[in-house]
Amino acid sequence: MNLSSKATCASHGQDSSYFLGWQEYEKNPYDEVRNPDGIIQMGLAENQLSFDLLESWLAENPDAASFRRNGESIFRELALFQDYHGLPAFKNALAKFMAEIRGNKVSFDPRNLVLTAGSTSANEALVFCLAEPGDAFLLPTPYYPGFDRDLKWRTGVEIVPIQCTSSNGFRITKPALEEAYDTARNRNIRVKGILVTNPSNPLGITLSDKELNLLINFVESKEIHLISDEIYSGTVFNSPRFTSVMEILLDRNYVDTEVRNRVHIVYSLSKDLGLPGFRVGAIYSNNPMVVATATKMSSFGLVSSQTQYLLSAMLSDEKFAKNYVVENQKRLKNRHMMLVQGMEDAGISCLESNAGLFSWVDMRHLLESDTFEAEMELWKKIVYDVGLNISPGSSCHCLEPGWFRVCFANMSEETLNLAMQRLKSFVDSIYQSNDSYGFFHNFSVKDSRRRLLKKWVFRLSSSDRGLERDR
Amino acid sequence: MLKHQQQFLSKIATNEGHGENSAFFDGWKAYDMNPYHPSKNPNGVIQMGLAENQLSFDLIQEWVKNNPRASVCTADGSDEFKDIAIFQDYHGLPEFRNAVARFMEKVRGNRVRFDADRIVMSGGATGAQETLAFCLADPGDAFLVPTPYYPGNDRDLTWRTRIRLVPVVCESSNNFKITRTALETAYQKAQESNIKIKGLLLNNPSNPLGTALDRESLTDSLHFTMEKKIHLICDEIYSATVFRQPGFISIAEIVQEDTASCNLDLIHIVYSLSKDLGFPGFRVGIIYSYNDMVTDCARKMSSFGLVSTQTQHLIGSMLSDDAFVGRFLKESSKRLGTRHGLLCGKLAKVGITSLKGNSGLFCWMDLRRLLKAQTFEAEMELWSVIINEVKINVSPGASFHCSEPGWFRVCFANMDDETMIVAMNRILEFVIQSKGMEAKNTRKQFWGSKLEISLSSRRLDAFFMSPHRMSPHSPMASPLVRART
Repeated sequence: MNLSSKATCASHGQDSSYFLGWQEYEKNPYDEVRNPDGIIQMGLAENQLSFDLLESWLAENPDAASFRRNGESIFRELALFQDYHGLPAFKNALAKFMAEIRGNKVSFDPRNLVLTAGSTSANEALVFCLAEPGDAFLLPTPYYPGFDRDLKWRTGVEIVPIQCTSSNGFRITKPALEEAYDTARNRNIRVKGILVTNPSNPLGITLSDKELNLLINFVESKEIHLISDEIYSGTVFNSPRFTSVMEILLDRNYVDTEVRNRVHIVYSLSKDLGLPGFRVGAIYSNNPMVVATATKMSSFGLVSSQTQYLLSAMLSDEKFAKNYVVENQKRLKNRHMMLVQGMEDAGISCLESNAGLFSWVDMRHLLESDTFEAEMELWKKIVYDVGLNISPGSSCHCLEPGWFRVCFANMSEETLNLAMQRLKSFVDSIYQSNDSYGFFHNFSVKDSRRRLLKKWVFRLSSSDRGLERDR
Repeated sequence: MLKHQQQFLSKIATNEGHGENSAFFDGWKAYDMNPYHPSKNPNGVIQMGLAENQLSFDLIQEWVKNNPRASVCTADGSDEFKDIAIFQDYHGLPEFRNAVARFMEKVRGNRVRFDADRIVMSGGATGAQETLAFCLADPGDAFLVPTPYYPGNDRDLTWRTRIRLVPVVCESSNNFKITRTALETAYQKAQESNIKIKGLLLNNPSNPLGTALDRESLTDSLHFTMEKKIHLICDEIYSATVFRQPGFISIAEIVQEDTASCNLDLIHIVYSLSKDLGFPGFRVGIIYSYNDMVTDCARKMSSFGLVSTQTQHLIGSMLSDDAFVGRFLKESSKRLGTRHGLLCGKLAKVGITSLKGNSGLFCWMDLRRLLKAQTFEAEMELWSVIINEVKINVSPGASFHCSEPGWFRVCFANMDDETMIVAMNRILEFVIQSKGMEAKNTRKQFWGSKLEISLSSRRLDAFFMSPHRMSPHSPMASPLVRART
């Protein structure tokens, strides 16, 4: 028409099935009273379990949200405050909060924190700082579908996948890293860094110390960056405890080293505090140039001073913040157990996980064939017939068909139970309705491994997969 | 180490595209190091380089106090807290969009209608400008921008987008009016250099001129863009700061009057609440495009700079209060007019003229007669004197890409009455000295015979009828900002 190529291409990723499911849900959303047959939203990684804690804090601290400090109005100061260095009280409180989540094994200097409008903005800004158009970041699969937009769209940067598979619980391995790096090099693409999500979305697992050390070794030897998106760090509800990449650097005594200057963290309060509407994100880096540049770039997406002030008051109440995290984790743990149990009752297993607002669910045995077409068929049945919006693994760039991300923290217990019942009925009906499905009735884990090996031998090349995704 | 470091970062991270290393930040630095305070630092630098609207906060504060539910996280509004806090739909809260659309209509005297579904959020006008550039142009493409223009355009429109700005030179000989000739000249020049022009950016009312575009300039610009089939972006962030006739004509009005000759797909408006309401801290930027694809694309891009729902809720409530909005617009405009009249009117008496302005938060002051030579070097020298000796931070025309030396932008709405008087006294004394004028009579002429003013500042409550509270004249003095190191 007359627009930029960015406006007319599909790199915003909005045509992905991840978003299509949302659209279907919007058309027919479940409501206990008004629409009990509607679609239940299980594709939304939101934390709705602990609002009561926030609400009672707000009721006890009315000044924070009404532009007052010690009863005095500070509306004017807040309305005028647009300094991209951020409200000092807020950054101080945020730095302490981040340290608290990490069991105070690391500390954060508020001067190295850059505030941004959500982690969406933080990730994009970091990529703008670190890479040229055409450069690439390596990302372990499966990964959050939004990265295709956040990291690539306006920056012109590529994503090359680090393929992780169910054979080892989707852990990052050295061969996978090397293969991804070589794939990029063979396509004449310069790799500028690796981006990992820890805890992982969609897997719901914390990266092991082994993986973290592997990553540090790799970025050190290849002289590239490491971005660790730690936005789910406060949602770890089971052991092993969360280990931040910063902790590994500390353990290895990497104080004044170059690699330390190339490790950056992205954070947000959308998942840990359940406040996605408030758009609070942050970049943390030990690299002064990155901090300086990202700070300037944050002009394009600053955090509202009204919100900075409210949250500085909330997070400065350290007792509250600590209790919140602990209680929230307890509730997440319970929900997670409910989901896993519900899945088991339906004969479905989940990847063993200890964090996040979702489970990575194995429905390979329900596929008609070991293909992504079959995954889509199954997904459509689950959305339209069963009435659950869950996220198919293909939208997360998973290498193997049959995995789905199912969220559990964005609904009431009753709704979750209903969802599990619907799923069970669906699975039971598959087993009963068609003889050819009798094969699956005796499905075992051993079978799945055998099938997987067979698939590895015949699998498509990763570049073909890439084309599939870009549709 | 630094050089080695640089190779790990992008060009964007290491180039000067952010514009902050420019010499024009020296004025800010001088102010930062020595900020004026009436009692603690009466000889400090007074900030007149900050285009902020601080004159009507009392009205807003009163509204906030009387409407606790609007601050959703209070006890009154807490039942809505959860829904607001989890709402991250980039369409924005419907009540927010509706309220903003209605507000924009009121600012335009209800002469136009805005479709609330076309209201798209952005991270301030800063984010809006950048997003539109991403939507409309590819790296290497260019926008035409009439000079003098807001220096932030260089960063906002070109830094990460990699597009270029081509100046449309406007001159004092015709009061910096945007003429068809100037537009064509700039366009031709770009063509000759093989630069692809994708759009024209207008700022109406203009920063730094402090004038609203007249109908002729607007229609000329519109016809020009339609003919060349390029986009027309109208940055109307000062639309409610108009304090005198002739009033403000929005591109939306021209579109409504003459829809047939407009290709609506090429017309876009940028808005913000930072200037009209004085809320730069709340980061409320708006893109309003008549083009469906652009609206769609900009909305997706708004993910990178959504407005906090806490703020959306507050704004939605506030701007839905018709009675309040009506009162506010009227009173704010009046106060701005008074300030402007004070600064420009009085200075004219001592031979310091400004471009005849009717809007904005600043005067475009003509100090050409104070230059040692009509050069930009002389302008920098004069500026240095103004900062270091007169102790006022103003913005030199060169920072706005003005084609002629000697013009300065002087802001008047970011301080209280007392500070304003101190500033004006300083300017007066400087003028008396520079021109070798007779001091006593000039002062009398300046302030009028009823009042005697000494060089030290004095409260003049009787002189100013404005009821608003005295307040620190700049957020830099705010206790919210601690030392950065």
